[in-house]
Amino acid sequence: MAQMTMIQAITDAMRTELKNDENVLVFGEDVGQYGGVFRATEGLQKEFGEDRVFDTPLAESGISGLSIGLSLTGFRSVMEIQFFGFVFETMDGIAGQMSRLRYRSGDHYNAPVTVRSPFGGGVKTPELHADSLEGLMAQSPGLRVVVPSSPYDAKGLLISSIRDNDPVVFLEHMKLYRSFREEVPEEEYTVDLDKAAVKREGKDVSIITYGAMVQTSLKAADELAEEGIEAEIVDLRTISPLDMETVLESVKKTNRAIVVQEAQKQAGIANNVVAEINEHAILHLEAPVLRVTAPDTVFPFAAAEDVWLPDHTNVIEKVKSVVNF
Amino acid sequence: MTTNILEQAEGHFEMFQVLNEEGEVVNKEALPDLSDEDLKELMKRMVYTRIFDQRAVSLNRQGRLGFYAPVAGQEASMLGSQYALEQKDWIIPGYRDVPQIVWHGLPLYQAFLFSRGHFHGGQIPEELNVLSPQIIIGAQIVQTAGVALGLKKKGKDSVAITYTGDGGASQGDFYEGMNFAGSFKAPAIFVVQNNQFAISVPAGEQTAAKTIAQKAVAAGIPGVQVDGMDVLAVYAATQEARSRALNGEGPTLLETLCYRYGPHTMAGDDPTRYRTSDLDDEWEKRDPLVRFRKYLESKDLWSEEQENEVVDKAKEEIKAAIKEADDTPKQKVSDLIENMHEVLPPHLKDQLEEYREKESK
Repeated sequence: MAQMTMIQAITDAMRTELKNDENVLVFGEDVGQYGGVFRATEGLQKEFGEDRVFDTPLAESGISGLSIGLSLTGFRSVMEIQFFGFVFETMDGIAGQMSRLRYRSGDHYNAPVTVRSPFGGGVKTPELHADSLEGLMAQSPGLRVVVPSSPYDAKGLLISSIRDNDPVVFLEHMKLYRSFREEVPEEEYTVDLDKAAVKREGKDVSIITYGAMVQTSLKAADELAEEGIEAEIVDLRTISPLDMETVLESVKKTNRAIVVQEAQKQAGIANNVVAEINEHAILHLEAPVLRVTAPDTVFPFAAAEDVWLPDHTNVIEKVKSVVNF
Repeated sequence: MTTNILEQAEGHFEMFQVLNEEGEVVNKEALPDLSDEDLKELMKRMVYTRIFDQRAVSLNRQGRLGFYAPVAGQEASMLGSQYALEQKDWIIPGYRDVPQIVWHGLPLYQAFLFSRGHFHGGQIPEELNVLSPQIIIGAQIVQTAGVALGLKKKGKDSVAITYTGDGGASQGDFYEGMNFAGSFKAPAIFVVQNNQFAISVPAGEQTAAKTIAQKAVAAGIPGVQVDGMDVLAVYAATQEARSRALNGEGPTLLETLCYRYGPHTMAGDDPTRYRTSDLDDEWEKRDPLVRFRKYLESKDLWSEEQENEVVDKAKEEIKAAIKEADDTPKQKVSDLIENMHEVLPPHLKDQLEEYREKESK
């Protein structure tokens, strides 16, 4: 097994599927010869040719339209939105079109498209690069939304996303791209979509989270353990649909929960998680379910990022509130 | 000097015509090579479609149809372009472009079901390369670039054609679609049916450009303005665009100048609020059916009896299609849930169960 960063695992997943299926195409802005602004597609054009890994003109709506049209002629597109803040340019293409192709055609056509895109704070980008817009996607019927938190999951989830016969929005937190390495098998494997994972077991409180906040929550859990509080961490991995079975199992065990997301309080997926727990497990709760989120402003200018983003101290504080309720 | 360049450029986009309003050939070199049978078939399709439109408008007024965008006045533009296609070609239509997909092979009763908002209207039969009419103005144009690129990559000997209106040519997707297809040299044909009004806004207010055809220049592809009331001109222009596409020369933009006699849709639009009857009269003088009928009569290819036969046949088939649409099982919420994904996620499985139970009562 190799030690890989998340970006290497992502490249490896695309390479695996380009090899496995001649109908897989990888394209977007700068993804060809240049290998992508984060080098996610490094070497792929050289290995698989310009016919299968290629640059597009700079227009996000065009890229989504291309993916849909290619679906109709038998291709499986892995399209890149260079930064997810640019998704507003193609909300129709993703949430209005590819999400509805199967429904609109009464199950006759489908759009096996993976929309890959970097997002997430902590890397001091200009505006509309880092925003957590996953909630917009999660609220659109017909889309699956996947947010990996580690290199191993990223490879397995991306392979599953590419093989899925419906559109998947696959969001890659920029801060995780090169922040740590882990063991990733070089051979192919999949991680199931629609399945959360317990990343740390604990009996006192459930921390339900996803993306970069998994690392933040793990750090918080280590400090809490020193104070005798054992937190269980549920990494949602797929945020739409939610794997409530795994979440509820954890909540019924710990009887206390918080939801942690980088997105603003009104955005993301935390509200759905709280509502589902409320509907299905309220009598198991010893305390209200609290949320750790960013405030409801637009994603901040770079100089304010560090104080705006939730950190492990916010998680610790909220955990203590529900434990001591 | 700048003005001069623009004027010179715009001078290249004069309207292409084969038959004048009197049905006389004015451009002999451009006369397409069509057999007498083909010519009669084109007339038959235009007459049939005019009857279809009249019936659809009337059924809508009776509350027996749903969303409907009238097509009378645009028959030459719609059917002349479709007739230049082969069965294997793809049509990616806008919301008004129902006749083209019906003549390409969509059963009429499914067109009526689409109008009523029944999902079976979108269940395109196997081997028929069409999409359901697109509702978002312009979305079909970028998708067409994708279909065309796919056909090229698969080495298929076929093209993708899409339609929008003069309003659609103002959308960003219009340029993106042409530009992508141009950049990839993909076999696409972009048709803008300039029917003079985008709901109420006149074409002249959409843009400072004198023609829509000239917008092709920005994408580096050929653009042709065609008399959209002249079925032979539309056929010839589409056929040429198709040949270019198949020869690997890339996409073409066609602007067909036409007119919709009816309202924008049957959902409350009142054209008298934005059009004068003088303008209506002016365009009706150019009517595609009248003009082509004169041409065919001059060649002894068409008679009142033939026309009546088509009218009767159309009425009969439309009646049967409406009956078939009426007999189609009502759509259920459970049908919709099942069509959302290949693998239903857990929450939808729960909701499916819930609705199935309700529906069984």
